[in-house]
Amino acid sequence: MTTISILAIAVTLLIALALAKPVGLYLAAAFDYGPNRLNRIYGPFERLIYKVSGIREENQSWKTYAVSLVASNAVMILLVYLVLRFQGLLPLNPAGIANMEPTLAFNTAISFMTNTNLQHYSGESGLSIFSQSTAIVFMMFTSPATGLALVMAFIRGMTGRAPGNFFADLIRAITRVLLPVAFVSALLFVFMGVPQTFEPAAAVTTLEGAQQNIARGPVASFLAIKELGNNGGGFFGVNSAHPFENPNGLSNLLQLLLMLLVTTSLPYAYGKMVGRVKQGRVLFVSMFLMLIVMTSISLAAESAGSPALNALGVEHSQGSMEGKEVRLGTAQSAFYSVVTTASETGAVNTMHDTLTPIGGLVPLANMMLNTVFGGMGVGFLNVLMYAIIAVFLSGLMVGRTPEFLGRKIEGKEMKLIAVTLLIQPFLILVPTAIALATHPETISNPGFHGLTQALYEFTSAAANNGSGFEGLGDATAFWNISTGIVMFLGRYLSMVTLLAVAGSLAVKKRIPESSGTFRTDTAMFGAVFVGVVLIVGALTFFPALVLGPIAEQLTL
Amino acid sequence: MRIIWVTLRTTFSVAIMCCLVYNAAVWAVAQAAAPDKANGSLIENAQGQVVGSRLIGQSFTDPGYFHGRVSSIDYDANGSGSPNYAPSNPDLLLRTQESVSAWQSENPDVPVSELPIDLVTNSGSGLDPQISPASAEAQVPRISAATGIAADKLKQMIEQHTQGRSLGLFGEPAVNVLELNLDVQAAR
Repeated sequence: MTTISILAIAVTLLIALALAKPVGLYLAAAFDYGPNRLNRIYGPFERLIYKVSGIREENQSWKTYAVSLVASNAVMILLVYLVLRFQGLLPLNPAGIANMEPTLAFNTAISFMTNTNLQHYSGESGLSIFSQSTAIVFMMFTSPATGLALVMAFIRGMTGRAPGNFFADLIRAITRVLLPVAFVSALLFVFMGVPQTFEPAAAVTTLEGAQQNIARGPVASFLAIKELGNNGGGFFGVNSAHPFENPNGLSNLLQLLLMLLVTTSLPYAYGKMVGRVKQGRVLFVSMFLMLIVMTSISLAAESAGSPALNALGVEHSQGSMEGKEVRLGTAQSAFYSVVTTASETGAVNTMHDTLTPIGGLVPLANMMLNTVFGGMGVGFLNVLMYAIIAVFLSGLMVGRTPEFLGRKIEGKEMKLIAVTLLIQPFLILVPTAIALATHPETISNPGFHGLTQALYEFTSAAANNGSGFEGLGDATAFWNISTGIVMFLGRYLSMVTLLAVAGSLAVKKRIPESSGTFRTDTAMFGAVFVGVVLIVGALTFFPALVLGPIAEQLTL
Repeated sequence: MRIIWVTLRTTFSVAIMCCLVYNAAVWAVAQAAAPDKANGSLIENAQGQVVGSRLIGQSFTDPGYFHGRVSSIDYDANGSGSPNYAPSNPDLLLRTQESVSAWQSENPDVPVSELPIDLVTNSGSGLDPQISPASAEAQVPRISAATGIAADKLKQMIEQHTQGRSLGLFGEPAVNVLELNLDVQAAR
């Protein structure tokens, strides 16, 4: 690991840091229903869409908002399922790709709607151009838009306002955030070398006279929304390790920044919307520090490489190169694995299965904590949940009534949060145990790493991340159905419980702050927040991590 | 019921915006402004035949060419992937040992301690078009012996085809194997 590659990572983080606040303020304005400049710019166009779509821009009740969210997503899952099932008969299928089989189509439709993008197929051979650029791209827009709508409704609730209108929020997320940024970045990707064509695969004769078929397609437009929307599903099977999907260091940089763009700016948007800029900053700094720690651990592990390979006597100053690309190198690959799991994107530019045990533990930990920024919208929702837990615990310790944003945190909210907290480990650990007991033949690596493979798959599904330890033989009915259910529950159960928390807080009377109020905009609160995240995470998942990556590291 | 009706209509308008208009607009600008890159950075030889893509690796086994990285899919660009050996997987060690002994018999003049690790490990995509500059240097004696091209000339070619870090900072320096071999082909 050279100084320059560490410098490159530091510069990337600084750019992300500099973007967070202005983007956050933009988001706060973009989702403000009152009259402002953005509404004048986008208003006419959006009203046209509302008209076509039958959307009335009026506040919904909490219940209607939640029902709209779940029902609309369910309808979209069904529509995409049908496209995938019949893609063989639909147009734009130059490669003659067959209809997708039912369990795989079930898995794929849920996977993309829930912002997971776990892929049990390979893009080149599993999907027609039509499926890629309509069904999949469609969900790559609506799924992050759903997440963003949700977090905006939640924040409104915490300040006692009505939740807004789900469909209007969904459209705003697309017209004001996703579409403009995706369009510009897609073009930048093209200039960096990413293809954007509807031509079929190029058939070439290589220098040594062999035939090579080079799959291509509208990759750039796909790639931009994949990263920006924290989707993560690859156009190609190997995702952003594919040279067409990540041609050089510059395209890698743009991908990293896009993954972080919205999720790092949400704390600032939140601070602005609830009128507590300092509290937003405390949450941002806490998460940013966790991100730096995770990055450092991963860099150290990956640059040390694999002791077994290094012992062969080859020149190994590049670190662990198995599963990595030369143009990206060890440092950028390790960093990408941290960012993609911190932001719950799931795009990969290196094969996570080949990471060193500790290098693989970091992404796993990011997904288990699900609060080191987290995915589009829903990640920040988790953060707020942990902030409320931190307030509650602090209140218990000093014997004061816990308050958050001037609203009392009481039994009802804490019960809903406790349920939400329990959902995730249940969705990860129980299916992992079932898989290990009933389907050991699908696990490709012997020993402790095999356990990590199954654990990683369900963690990725439950956290709606979507990266995988791809050695796993996961294209079977068991894995398709089990991870499909885990992805669905992992996304919607916690959405509904947390919307209920917001609804309950929204109707509470605001109590004025006094000298006895526990301050939530101090470094002290930041420390308690990080402590709560780590303690809850460690208590829940430490045993599984010990049996998987930690045991593997010790046996190397 | 109304929610489902609104969902269907919203699906329609979002599909027009995000699937049709968005994809087509990016496509139109890309094809107009950078058609070469937008169509996959294909490269032609001196005779005008398309011999591959600048971004997609090819299999090279001829001792007179520079060799690329290990590819578990043998550079099949219709698919991509790797069988993903974890560091603790005994098969990884076996496969790498085989690559190292193949190297020893093909390059008797270069000791294993000068063989960079990227040449004996599987890339993430199986299509990695590049190798590290050190990996190219290490192959010079073999290629020089097989083709009669002077070692200095080969080193010059390597330098020419070495892509530095983007903006001098991001990524790692790398040598494009196909472009380099096109020069080798022309010189031998």
